This record gives sequence, C-alpha cells and structure tokens, in this order.
Amino acid sequence: MNDFTTWDILRNLLLAARWTVLLSIVSFVGGSLVGVALLFARIGKGRLGPAFAKTYIELFQGTPLLMQLFLAFFGLGLFGIDVPAWLAAAVALILWTAAFLAEIWRGCVESVAKGQWEASSSLGMGYLQQMRWVILPQALRVAVPPTVGFSVQVVKGTALTSIIGFVELSKAGTMVTNATFEPFTVYGFVALIYFCLCWPLSKSSQILERKLNVAHRNH
Amino acid sequence: MNYAFDFGWLADYWPVLLKGIGITVELTLVGGALGVSLGIACAWARALGPGWLKPIVAAYVEMIRNTPFLIQLFFIFFGLPALGLRMGELPAANLAMVINLGAYGCEIIRAGIQATPRGQFEAGASLGMSRIQTFWYVVLVPALQRIWPALSSQIVIVMLGSAAVSQIAAEDLTFAANFIQSRTFRAFETYFAATLIYLALAIVLRQLLRGLGWTIFPRRTAR
Amino acid sequence: MSLIEITEVKKRFGDNEVLKGINIDVEPGEVIAIIGKSGSGKSTLLRCINGLETIDDGSISVAGAQLLPDELHLKALRLKVGMIFQGFNLFPHLTAGRNVMLSQMVVKKTPKAEAEVMAKKMLERVGLGHKFDAYPDQLSGGQQQRVAIARALAMQPIALLCDEITSALDPELVNEVLAVVKELASEGMTLLMVTHEMRFARDVCSRVVFMHQGRVHEIGPPEEVFANPKTPELKQFLGVTH
Repeated sequence: MNDFTTWDILRNLLLAARWTVLLSIVSFVGGSLVGVALLFARIGKGRLGPAFAKTYIELFQGTPLLMQLFLAFFGLGLFGIDVPAWLAAAVALILWTAAFLAEIWRGCVESVAKGQWEASSSLGMGYLQQMRWVILPQALRVAVPPTVGFSVQVVKGTALTSIIGFVELSKAGTMVTNATFEPFTVYGFVALIYFCLCWPLSKSSQILERKLNVAHRNH
Repeated sequence: MNYAFDFGWLADYWPVLLKGIGITVELTLVGGALGVSLGIACAWARALGPGWLKPIVAAYVEMIRNTPFLIQLFFIFFGLPALGLRMGELPAANLAMVINLGAYGCEIIRAGIQATPRGQFEAGASLGMSRIQTFWYVVLVPALQRIWPALSSQIVIVMLGSAAVSQIAAEDLTFAANFIQSRTFRAFETYFAATLIYLALAIVLRQLLRGLGWTIFPRRTAR
Repeated sequence: MSLIEITEVKKRFGDNEVLKGINIDVEPGEVIAIIGKSGSGKSTLLRCINGLETIDDGSISVAGAQLLPDELHLKALRLKVGMIFQGFNLFPHLTAGRNVMLSQMVVKKTPKAEAEVMAKKMLERVGLGHKFDAYPDQLSGGQQQRVAIARALAMQPIALLCDEITSALDPELVNEVLAVVKELASEGMTLLMVTHEMRFARDVCSRVVFMHQGRVHEIGPPEEVFANPKTPELKQFLGVTH
C-alpha cells in the first residue's frame, strides 16, 4: 500500500534536515550578535540598559518559545507584510537565543573573581580597559562550554518552527508520516537525526567543561 | 501599521482559556512531581546504582537530552501505537513530560549527589546503614537542597515546553489559544494574551518552587 | 607637605562605622606598619587610600593628588600609589611578564618593547627574571606575590600599599616576599603595610600604627610602640600575638 522504502524515508528526512541545520546556524549566529549587545546592556553602568536587558531576558525566558514563534509570525503580519514562515522562525529564534546566551555570559562575567577588578583598578585601568584586557578574556574561557551546550537547545528549538509551517526535519517527519503511515519508523529516524546533530555538541561541551575544570585546579 | 487591536473576544472565550490553563497546570504538577521522582531514581542509578544499570540510564538520558520534546511527544503518541501501546492525548502528554524532566532532572540531581562529601557516605556506612539507606536518609536531601534552584528552573522550562502538547490535541492553554484564534481571527491578540498567561504561570511556579524549597529544606544544612 | 595626607577619614558600611576619623601623615621614604585586630579597620583604610572604597568624610591626598570619586581623579591617584593584595590577584590568563606589561601598555600607553624591557627589569628586581613566560598557576604563592609586586612597581608609583601580603602564604614562603619588601624599603620606597609580621614591623618600619575600633589608637616608632605600649588594648594585642 505504500511505495516508500526505508531509504526513501531517510532520504527525505535528511534533505529536510539541511534546513534544520541552516536555521540553527542562523539562529545561533544572529542570537550571539544580539546576545552580545544584550550582555553589555545588562552588565553596563547606567540604569536604562540593565533594566531593559533584564526585562527582555525575563520575558523571553519566562514564555514558551512556541508563543514567541506565533507572535513573530502573526506580529510581523500586522505590518502588512506577507510573512514567510522561515522569516518568523529566524526572527523568533534569534531573539530567544539572544536572551539565553546573554544570561549565560553574564554569569561568566560575574564568575571572574572580584580581586581581578580590584587589581586592575589599582593599576589605573578604566572600566573599558578592565573589560577588554582582564575580565572578558577570562570570562570567555569559562563561557565556551555552556555556550556550546546551549547550541543543543537551539537545534532542538528549531523543531517548534514546524508548527508555524517551516519545513524542516520535524515538519518533514509529519509529512512523510502522512504519506507512509509509518509513524514509528519515521519519528524514530527523525529522533535519530536530531540525536546525531545534537550529541556531538553535547559531548564537546562536556569535554570542554572537564578540560576547563582541570585547568582551574592548577591555580 | 493600520491595525486596531481588539481584545473584545476575551469576554466570550475566557472559559476556554481557563480550561486550557487548568490542563497546563495539571500537566505541570503531575509531570513535575513524577518527573522529579524519576530523576531521583535515575540519579541514584547513575551515581550509586549497580554496574549494569548505569549504561542503560545513561543512554536514556542522552537520548532525551539530545532530541526535541516535540519529537518525543510525536513518537509516544503516534509511534508507540505501532507496538500496541495506545494512549490518549493527556496521558501521552504527561508521559512525555515525565520522561523529559526525568532525564534533565537526573543530570541535575546527580551533580548534587556527586558534590556530597565522601565523609557522609563513610559516616553512613560506619553506622551500619546500607548503601541505599545512606542514600535515602543521609545523601539525598542535602543533594536536592544543593541543586534546588537548577531543578526549579528545569521544571519551569518543562512547563513552558508543554505548549507543544497542543500538537497532539491535548487541550492545554496553547490548544485553547489555537481554538480561539481560529474562531475570532484575532491571532496576534490571542497569542499575546496566552503569552502573558504563560509568563504569569512561570512567575507563580517559580515562587511556589522557592516556597516549596523553604518547606522541604527548612534549615541551611550542607552547602 | 607630607607625601600622603589622611585627614579625618570616616567610612561607614551601613550602620557600622569602620573608620571613625583617621589622621595619618606619611613622609616620603617612610615605611609604616599598620597593626591591629581583624575588624579594626586597617584593611579598609588601605583600600580607601587606593580608591577601592569611597570615603564618607574627610580627605586623602597623595603627592597633591586628591582622592575624588571620578575616574579621572582615581586614575591620577592610582598612578601614584600601587597596591599589593593578600590574594595576589595576578591575571591568570597572562604570563608573569604580560602581567607586568599590561597596565603599562594600556594605561600609560607605553610602547610594547619598552614595556617589555621594564617588565624584565622589574621581574629581575624581585628575583624572577627567569619566570617571564610562566603563567601564574605555574608559580608558587610566594613567586606570585613577587610578580604582583613587580607589576605594581612597573607603574613607577611613589608609594606602595601592602594589604596583608604574606597572610595567604605558607610559612616557608613568607620570607622571600618580605625580603623583597625590605629591599624596597632600603631603596627609599614609601610603604604602607597592613601586616601581622610583628618582627618585620619592628625591624624594618619607621613607624607603627596600632588601630583599634576604627581609630588610630597608638602611633610611634616601633621601639616605642612595641617596648612601651601605653594603652591596655595594645598591651593585650601584643600579648596575644607574641
């Protein structure tokens, strides 16, 4: 009753997985850029910047990504543009990723010992000089493992874009299921492909973390 | 932008929203409680359990943490019936949430167990307790206390992630929003309202979990 | 005019008044030991002189530079006074040499080659010329503290503030650091040090300040302060530590 071979199923899914990968990369890169801006607003001096960044982060971390996708999809539509699903997906995922990365990175900046600020102050450095030469280089080292770890969340987050109609791996899974009536096999494969995308990232995050801890012990 | 916002539909549809909120809350409570329990069991297995059990639990944890919740949901709801395991939307949604939180909870709780000073295990053993007794009476509570903030965040994440269960027609808050917008054609306002409700739920849940933490761990014991 | 003038300095943390009107004048080339129980305000005083804490009342000036809480004045002050910390606070991501070069290049805009020459010279001075390329985590505590001293010296300060600089060290490493400080003192560097090393204070310092409950309780040359404590508090303090 169906002409799909297992290979056909897998081939279709793999083709769609390209879009999962592409959207993940776009979201992660875009989210990093917005995230850096947010980070500096969050840890900066002044009142408006930190307050804005804090609210932003709280909103995006306190609401479902799926709702953010809906709001991007229908919200952009309010401006009279016919919004393609990929655009809404990318916008929502970038903004969502930025909130989480900014918060992760803030933790890293704050993990730098207070003595580092004091020592660099006592040597006459100003805020920007301290940031550039003393604090950020140290924060960056600590930031790598959790940042890589969060990329896994981004890849998985892209699955929800299927709900607003972006055809990536999950959407393809549903479409292939509807054609083959083999949900067990199809979703099994879909899960496997996600696993192959995410697991190396998870694992490298763990390894990097372990390396960092070993390096730390020598201090 | 020439668009008049209209929230008038709220007057007619708030019972639908309310019902959706109820389901989301129910899913979160059941999923949270069972998920944390599963997490504790798995954390015990991975940290202190028998050798043959460790790789099995590890595989489960890795599998769940590296695949999207949506796909886990689809696999359980659409895929498992092929093995003769058929269940309704709500049980499927609940099962998916428990399995999901169980895996994340396992890793979080395990970190708490591993931070237990060696002496605690030795003290337990020297008093004649079995390994499981030591775990249950000596190790577990301080371990949970150590990681309670992280575990709380994860429970909130699972609650927010539960929005996806609308995709298997479990009638949660998102399902209600989908239903309302299909009737009113007020998509933006509907999802906006739903988003705010989720935000409120997240804030309340966070406070509840903090309060629960104070109740379970009244004294600041092991750090 | 004295080199460092501390006049009626008061500092409060919430309800707790830590410094209750401190007056000390330091002449060029003086080596001053500040002693006292923990909580007497001695570390806070040192941190105030470097602008790490803001003062609530009074004034501090170093060679004419006033302590004012804006970046420009703070920078001017900090270029004149170096500070050494209990916990070394070396920059862990930089080699010893780079630690000494960084602030010269960033703050004083010294060209790299020049900063490197200075860094080598200063590391030689603390006996660590051979450790130029070592990272802080490859050095012992005593060596790290000596690098920190070299780092402060490279900015050519006219005075050094030392905040319990040997307290975090294993006993066998204390002397190598104190030897460097002694050397600096003999070369005429003005030093203000909070310390628990009473013998060192007696042998090297020109004056000793005993702080008690946020005030200067006794002040004088070491032979007087140690041999002839006037107040019961100082007698008790010296009795306890000896």
